[in-house]
Amino acid sequence: MSRLRSIALGSDRAIAIAVIIGAIALPFFFESGSPFIDDAVLALAFVVMALGLNIIVGFAGLLDLGYVAFFAIGAYTMGWLGSNFFFGVNDGDGLHILVSDPAATLPGVHVNFLLVIVVAVVLTTVAGMAIGLPTLRLRGDYIAVVTLAFGEIIGRVATNGDQIRIGGIWDATLGRVPGVADLGSEAVLTRGKQGITPVDKVDLPFVDQFTSLDLRSWYFVALGLALIVLFVNFRLRDSRLGRAWIALREDEVAASSMGIPIVRTKLMAYGTGAAFGGISGAFLGSYVNTVNADQFQFSFSIFILAMVILGGLGSIWGVVVGAVALSFINSYLIPDVLNGIPRDIGLDFDLTQLSYGIFGFLLVIIMVLRPEGMVPERRRRLELHGVGAGETAGAGTDVELQEEAPR
Amino acid sequence: MKTLLITDSVTKRFGGLVAVDGLDFELAEGQIASVIGPNGAGKTTFFNMLTGLYRPSAGSVSYGGREISRARPDRINAMGIARTFQNIRLFPTMSALENVMIGQHARMNAGLFGSILRLPKVRAEERRVRDTARETLAYAGLADRLVEQTAANLSYGDQRRVEIARALASEPSVLLLDEPTAGMNPLESEALTAFIRKARDDLGVTILLIEHDMKVVMGVSERITVLDHGVKIAEGAPDAVRDDARVIEAYLGTGAGEG
Repeated sequence: MSRLRSIALGSDRAIAIAVIIGAIALPFFFESGSPFIDDAVLALAFVVMALGLNIIVGFAGLLDLGYVAFFAIGAYTMGWLGSNFFFGVNDGDGLHILVSDPAATLPGVHVNFLLVIVVAVVLTTVAGMAIGLPTLRLRGDYIAVVTLAFGEIIGRVATNGDQIRIGGIWDATLGRVPGVADLGSEAVLTRGKQGITPVDKVDLPFVDQFTSLDLRSWYFVALGLALIVLFVNFRLRDSRLGRAWIALREDEVAASSMGIPIVRTKLMAYGTGAAFGGISGAFLGSYVNTVNADQFQFSFSIFILAMVILGGLGSIWGVVVGAVALSFINSYLIPDVLNGIPRDIGLDFDLTQLSYGIFGFLLVIIMVLRPEGMVPERRRRLELHGVGAGETAGAGTDVELQEEAPR
Repeated sequence: MKTLLITDSVTKRFGGLVAVDGLDFELAEGQIASVIGPNGAGKTTFFNMLTGLYRPSAGSVSYGGREISRARPDRINAMGIARTFQNIRLFPTMSALENVMIGQHARMNAGLFGSILRLPKVRAEERRVRDTARETLAYAGLADRLVEQTAANLSYGDQRRVEIARALASEPSVLLLDEPTAGMNPLESEALTAFIRKARDDLGVTILLIEHDMKVVMGVSERITVLDHGVKIAEGAPDAVRDDARVIEAYLGTGAGEG
């Protein structure tokens, strides 16, 4: 068994090296402005999110249906700290931290992308824990309901944030309250469905300013983020914390009796999972060049969850495969290849209007044919196909006992 | 001998049902003691209060001079009380080794960032915990070839061994065993009885067990507490308890002639 284990570890490494080399070489087979690279950048950003959600749902077993909240918070962090949104700041001269031209001369707050990522991580970690707190006493479906509601709340706040005044407090009779910092004539929280745009491009030291045409640079930033998050996932899975998450998922009572603090361990899962969503959200805010309330719908949470489930709950490589597959189906296969099919057969709609129907259908198919996902995790396979499915060593098994074994 | 664990008229009510009623109990350091009683006597409820899974409705539990009746289960484990469960609660998809490594959770320090960076001290700790887990499994008598086996695939007896190893891995001062010989044949029970005594002598761990098998109870216990309907009806050395009229009555009912 220990030899099997070391082979499995070795193959993890071999797969990782092959994937990294392939991913680095990939953009050079396409023109730098090609739509394929555009799709690939989105896919990588979704890999980051799916890996984050995998920590919460796959490792710790906490069904989170409000993951879109962290996308929103990450994206708004980018919008607030990297656009002309707060154009009143510093009497219209703007606030600039470690940014180069052209952002360095524009009004509004402009903070270096790497710092924005740090702020997004902090904000989403706090938000993740805050959303986790009320679910601590709940189990299973009830967690799903509470997190779903939180996702909706964040979405609503994004939509109606253009009515929420911050900074430069307004009073109906006084006008602006004197002495309070003026963040801009609008001084609201979000720009609702209109969206905050344009958003600063990624600005890295020693690298030329990014443009919307040179997608290769964006691709490498996204790849870098995805690889970091992938690395963190592997390290956490094989650590004291990773073991504690799995123990908690399998038997909360036994886990706490064995010295695992339930509250802290769960909050760690919510916090780290949310932070990845924030990283990806900040990147996407910059990449798609707008932060817009329409992006933060409930269906987005389901989109990311579908990636995790299709790929294989708890399986790191599975989640990567699921995210890349669904992302390409969403941004290439449906709109570019299959979109005309309904019209060709005389129906009056585009296939893109059915996107979520198609994802739902794929989920049903996977649930029926291969519930453990495309690249299943060993434990899930065991849970779904009964004990013994994944193992060959000849231990005596006791059928009666297995049924009693805690789930 | 020092008294390690004391309960002072500890009570647990579930709605109208009083599962444990004003129980005074003392456990001396280094002792092997048993709690016995008919089904529904409140034995497991008593264990759950000692380990923080239930909060007593009244009364107090103190361990090493500290009040623990309001402490969380993981804190109590960290303080040195470990337990097994009546219906074995291993983490079914984890290997035997991983299960026992979980047992050492409270004895480890690795945090989030240390684990991500895999700092030298985290790496060393991980190796130490893995080695200790192997040793503990060997000590509890699990065959070497089964160490990496998934827990749910192990035989009943082996699952019991892994569960005891998991509890011992947290380096407890007090080990609570809830019906450790349930479902075992007489030979296995005898081996386990010997193991309990050996663990106490080797590790100096104080042991409290709930047990139905009277042969095991009388053979291994130095002190026995008898519960019936949540109330302590007898306590003392095995011989004294065996002859106690109230104990016989609780187990066998009142005189057959009258009934």
